[in-house]
Order: sequence, then C-alpha cells, then structure tokens
Amino acid sequence: MKKHAKIKNTDAVKFAEIQIVDNQQFRNDLASLIAGNGRLSALFLLPRDGQNLMLAAVSDDFDATIKLFATPCQKEFASLTSDIPQAHWFEREINELHGVEFPGHPWLKPIRFVAKDDGKSEVIPGVTSYFEVSGEEIHEVAVGPVHAGVIEPGHFRFQCHGEKVLHLEIELGYQHRGIERALMRNQPHQNLRLIEVAAGDSTIAHTTAHAMLLESLQGLKIDRNAELVRGIALELERMANHTGDLGALAGDVGFLPTSSYCGRIRGDILNTTAVLCGNRFGRGLIRPGGVGHAVDKALVSTLLERLALIEADLKSAIGLIWNTPSVISRFEETGCVSREDALAIGMVGPAGRASGLSVDVRCSHPFGAYKQHKPELPVGRSGDVFWRARIRWLELKESIRLIRAMLAEIDNAMAAPTCSAPAAADSIAVALTEGWRGEVCHVAVTDNSGGLAAYKIVDPSFHNWYGLALALRNQEISDFPLCNKSFNLSYCGHDL
Amino acid sequence: MINPSSILICLLMIVLSPLLPGIINKTKAFFGGRQGPPVLQLYFDIAKLLRKSSVYSETTTAVTRIAPFVILFSALSAALLVPVAFRSAGISFTGDIILLAYLLGIGRFFMVLAALDTGSAFEGMGAAREVLYSALAEPALFCGLLVLINETSQTSLSAIYEKLTAECWWQNPMTFLLIAVSWMIVLLVENARIPIDDPNTHLELTMIHEVMILDYSSKDLALIEFAGAVKLAVFSSLLVGLVFSGNELGLPLQLLAFAAAMTLVAIIVGVVESTIARFRLLHVPKFIVGSGALAIIALILKLSGN
Repeated sequence: MKKHAKIKNTDAVKFAEIQIVDNQQFRNDLASLIAGNGRLSALFLLPRDGQNLMLAAVSDDFDATIKLFATPCQKEFASLTSDIPQAHWFEREINELHGVEFPGHPWLKPIRFVAKDDGKSEVIPGVTSYFEVSGEEIHEVAVGPVHAGVIEPGHFRFQCHGEKVLHLEIELGYQHRGIERALMRNQPHQNLRLIEVAAGDSTIAHTTAHAMLLESLQGLKIDRNAELVRGIALELERMANHTGDLGALAGDVGFLPTSSYCGRIRGDILNTTAVLCGNRFGRGLIRPGGVGHAVDKALVSTLLERLALIEADLKSAIGLIWNTPSVISRFEETGCVSREDALAIGMVGPAGRASGLSVDVRCSHPFGAYKQHKPELPVGRSGDVFWRARIRWLELKESIRLIRAMLAEIDNAMAAPTCSAPAAADSIAVALTEGWRGEVCHVAVTDNSGGLAAYKIVDPSFHNWYGLALALRNQEISDFPLCNKSFNLSYCGHDL
Repeated sequence: MINPSSILICLLMIVLSPLLPGIINKTKAFFGGRQGPPVLQLYFDIAKLLRKSSVYSETTTAVTRIAPFVILFSALSAALLVPVAFRSAGISFTGDIILLAYLLGIGRFFMVLAALDTGSAFEGMGAAREVLYSALAEPALFCGLLVLINETSQTSLSAIYEKLTAECWWQNPMTFLLIAVSWMIVLLVENARIPIDDPNTHLELTMIHEVMILDYSSKDLALIEFAGAVKLAVFSSLLVGLVFSGNELGLPLQLLAFAAAMTLVAIIVGVVESTIARFRLLHVPKFIVGSGALAIIALILKLSGN
C-alpha cells in the first residue's frame, strides 16, 4: 500500500500532498484500509485540473487519523461495492450527480432524484424500478412518501410473505434542496445559515463541523471557552433528541407514561439550549471563530440548576421503561442488525454502537472540548431495538456528566467576532463531529485563490439508512414503525 | 320474551355508551400526567362527523356504502340481547347467546368485507389480523358460557344471569374468576384495546381495527365509531352481569349500581392501557388462545367438581 496523506480530525493540508493513484491501487488500498480499522467517511467526485478525481476519506479509529487519497475517474469505474459494501450509496450518489457508470454495482439507481442540468428530462422522486419478489403468496406494501404522523417524506417498499418482511427498499430524495451546490455559490455568512438547516435536529453537530473546517483552513485558533460552549450545546442537542426518541419508542408500543413525560422533558432540554443561545435548536450559536453568545457565571449556574431538574425527571420517566416487562419484551429481539452487517455497511452512532461497534468520533477523533472530556463509550450486544434504546439512555446519563464537567471549566466565554481571515489556497480539510445520530463529516477543498472548490457533507443517516433495511429482514411488518423510530434517521440530512 | 322496561334501559345504555371510551381516555390521561380530552369527546366527534360530507374511493363498491349500517345495526341489536342493569335483557329466548355472538359476527364480517373492498394493502392486512384474532377469541366466550349453563341449568342469557348469585361465586371461586379474566381478555380483543391493538396509534402498519376503517369519513365513520362504543358497552355489561349481582335491588339502585360497575370496567381498561405496553403482533394469538385456555380450565374445574 502507498503511504497516503494522513491528517488529524479538523486539520487542513495542501491538496498536492494527496496521492493520486491508479484505479486498481485505489481499490486495493481502500479495501485493505476498510478491512483494517478504517471507515469510509466520505467518497466523492472532485473536478480538478481538467479531470475528475474520486476522493476517499477513510477514518481510522485506532490512530485517530483520517487518510485521504484519490484516483482519476472516467465515465466508467469498476464498482467498489462488491468488495466494500460501505461504498454502496456513495457510488449511487456519484452516478447520479456525475453520470459515472459503475459496472458490477448491485443496485445502481438514483438516491436523491436530483433534477438534470439540461432541464429537459423531468425527474420525479420515487419514480424508479424497485426490487421485486415474486410468488403467489407474496404481497407488496408501499408506505409513504406521505405518512400518517408529522414526519418527513420517504418511500418504503416492503416485499412480504404474510406478516413477514422479506425485503425492504427505502427510497428517499423528496427533501433534496441542493445544499452542497448552493454552498458553492453563496457568501460565507449565507453558508452558515444553510448548514444550520442541513438537518435541523443536528444543527449544532453540522455547524460545529463547518466552523471547525473554516477555522482550520483560515488558520484561526478559538478560545477555550468557546470550545466548551460548543461541547455543551452538542451534548444538549444529544440529550434532547435521545429523550424525544425514548418517549417516541414508548409511544410506539403504546406505553403512555414514559411517552407523555419524555415529550415534556425534551421541551425542557430544548429550552435549556434556548437559555444558552436564544434558539431552541441552537441556531446562531456556532460561528466560525467562536460562539455567537457569551456565557457568564450566572448563566452557568442557571444551566446547572436546569440540568439537575432534567436529570431527576429523566430518571423517573425513563426508569419506567426498564422496569416494565411488557415494554422490554417488545424491544428485545426486534429489528436485529448483527455486528458483522453493521461493520460491513459502516453503521455509525448509537445504532452502530447498539450492534457492538465502538464507533464514536468524540473518543476516536477527539475535537474541541472532547480532547479533555472524553465520554465513556457504551456498547451494545445484539443490535436490536432494546439496545438502540438502552444505548440512548446510557448516553443521556453520560451527556449530563460531560455537561457538568464542561460547565465547571468555563471561565467567561465571550461572543466571538465573525472571522474574516483568508482561507489557505489549494488545501483540503476534513472535520468530523459526533452528532446524536453519529458521525457528521464535512470536507472542504479550496481553489488557488482560497475560495471553495468543493464542499461535501455526509450526515450519519447516509451511512445508517441501509441498516434500517437490514433490520427489517425476516421481521414482522408491524414492527417497522418501532424499528424505524429506534434508528430515527434524518431524511433531509440524507437528501441534503 | 320481550321486556319493555329493559328495552328502555337498554336504549339508555346505547345513548350513554360513548361515555365509556371517554372514561378510558380520562384514565389514560391521568396516568400520563395530562388533562386529556373531555369525557364527552366521542359525542363531539360524532356530531362533527355527521356534519361532514363523505369521500369514497373510486375502487370501492356498494359494500363500502352498506357496511357502516350493518355494523351499527349488529351492535344495536346485540345490545338488546344482553341483560342490563341486573335485569333481564330487552329480548330473551332460549339460545339467545348464540344469536348475540353471531350478530356481532355479522358486523365484523361486513367490516372485513368493506376493508377488502378498498383494495388497500394496509386494510387487507388489518382484515387478516381481525379475522384471525376474533376466531381465536370465540372459544373463550363459548366455554365460559358452557360453565354458566352447567351451573344454572338455563339456556337463555337473562335466565342464566338471574340465577347467577354471589353464592355461585362462593362455591366455585376459582372457576368464576377464570371466566371473568378470560372474558375481560375477550373484551379487550373484541374492542381493539391495548395490549392487542392500540386505538391511539397513527401507525398504519401496526393497526388492526383502525386500519380497516381508514377509508371511511364523515357520517359513515360516525356510525362506525358509535357502533364501536355500543359494542364496548355490550361486552362490558356481559362482564358486569357475570361479576356482580343485584337482582333484589330496586330499579333506581340497580341503575346506579350498573352505571358504577360499567364505569369500573372502563377504568380497568384504562389502567391496563396505561400500565402495559402493546404486545408484539406475533405474541397476540398466544395471549388470546391463553384466554380460551383459562375458560377451558374453568369448564374442566366445573365439570369435575360436580
């Protein structure tokens, strides 16, 4: 294997340092990195010097580095997916955006139904061929894109034998807004607003990644207090969503007490974020160069008081789940994803950890406040709904501990002025953060004048949607809503 | 035998039956720490639905139009056959329980037909589940009834309930307790309550009863909702008559006691729904067969005791 460019999380390097290897070498190196400790964090096409380069960012969880390498990509590229299943959706994405054919790809079709540039051929989301199972007793159930609940649009096709699901195919793309393209045209301050809504429930995770990227490209050092505030906000975001999910899981099995209380407690946590920055979802808090709101001692003590109340409420509301046998029996052995499958498709976040993978960017590629404050990493065993719920509860408790530790360290965070240093030219930077769903990956490449040449966002949902499809294999179709909720993936984060 | 005073009481029960779901929901709200919808909510819903105009899918046939009327008719006529307020039923004759069970069966049959009529994948699955579960629940009802017939040597529901006194319970406490539990489960199954079904869910894939009526709107839906409330009252009054006896009370006291007992049943249903989660669909048949097993054990106990 060639010696590839190795960077730490949030570091920037000159683009020239990236090895450009031939296609066969690229395939071999990628396969051996993935077979080792690597995870494919991003794989995308980048026009450079008159040719298209396929660029891979592989995170190594053991030596805390991200390896970057590239290969020229013509109109046809032998599919990597058969050797590296993690490349499955990335290749579909490249095929859709750049028209590259991947011979040997098992299921090459659009993932977002992006409108064609020519403006002639109309692309309608969801209109495509679907995997079919035939047989006299087989029936097909189509769910969505319009759902009964207040959720995002997505289309689910089940091939069933009676109540048993043989295969589930998930078609998304209804929320595609063209964020990555818009980032290239916009002014930097507009970009921040776009990143905030890439996935609205992961605002902090995405904006932190974006801010860290710009800071490293512009060579800015940020204040320690600002790092702590970002960490606190990220943990509050995690708590709010985990609480909401645990309540929703209880609601899906018809267990009312936890469901009702968690809805309220989630509101309390969101309001705590609002106390921090004036917005329940943390919009406007993270800025390149620092944070948008000052945190003084009085605010620290307010936050601590609120945290104590929330902790007590959570313990009583969620404790009920673990003490009710009918709930546990409903969760256990529902929607299992084996460790092997999770590893093969590169699952991340709580869903990956529930299946037994120790993946957490906060531990493996620490950034910001997490360099000093490392979370304990709970890891599940069976990858079922029970563990996906259990992991959330363990993480909730860990988040409370982390927030307390970070608050104790805060001195006086000041609102940072918006930065305006010129970005390094011809460079590439990668930032990983651990959002509540898992690894958020942002990659930025600059051109020879320091402007953005490419910007890639990979939401954790992009890695995990296929995991949901696997979880439904040989499950009852009536368990789909519960499995879906236990993953609770983002539609807009995937569709961008 | 036609009993005019009981017919009047029965009509009263029918008119008041939408209170039962209201009481259940209040109980659930209490456990959830919420205020919950008003007890009269179902009346409001029905009044609202009656003012709306219907939308029918183009794929449906006359079955869809007829079904709501048949469903309501079956529930209303079943109500006339159950003993109410510790008195005989509005109409009673030998073997009336068989008619009662199959009147409810007709309502279910038409609901299933109407579900299939829409051609929707969701409703087809709901219909399949409904048929399976109600078929499994039937033995529990009839085995329990066999015990009562054996105990009282009567074959009409009103006569059976008249002879059923506290003394019977004292003599065979285990037998009657088993039947009461088994009939409680039948009540939950037949009325699509937790842990079998979840009347509050919006998740089509998990529904049983609710998914079959997804395509109904306005007046048709009002009829079906009302029929559901009447059906709940029918099963509750069967259970009340089995557990309590009040033959010797005067009419006003009987009415009061009956109303209290019906409320108690609704509260029990609400408590069950608040404290346990819904079963996995795969486990539901085992649970319902379990209720049949309880009734059969009761029957064996009764027969071996004689």
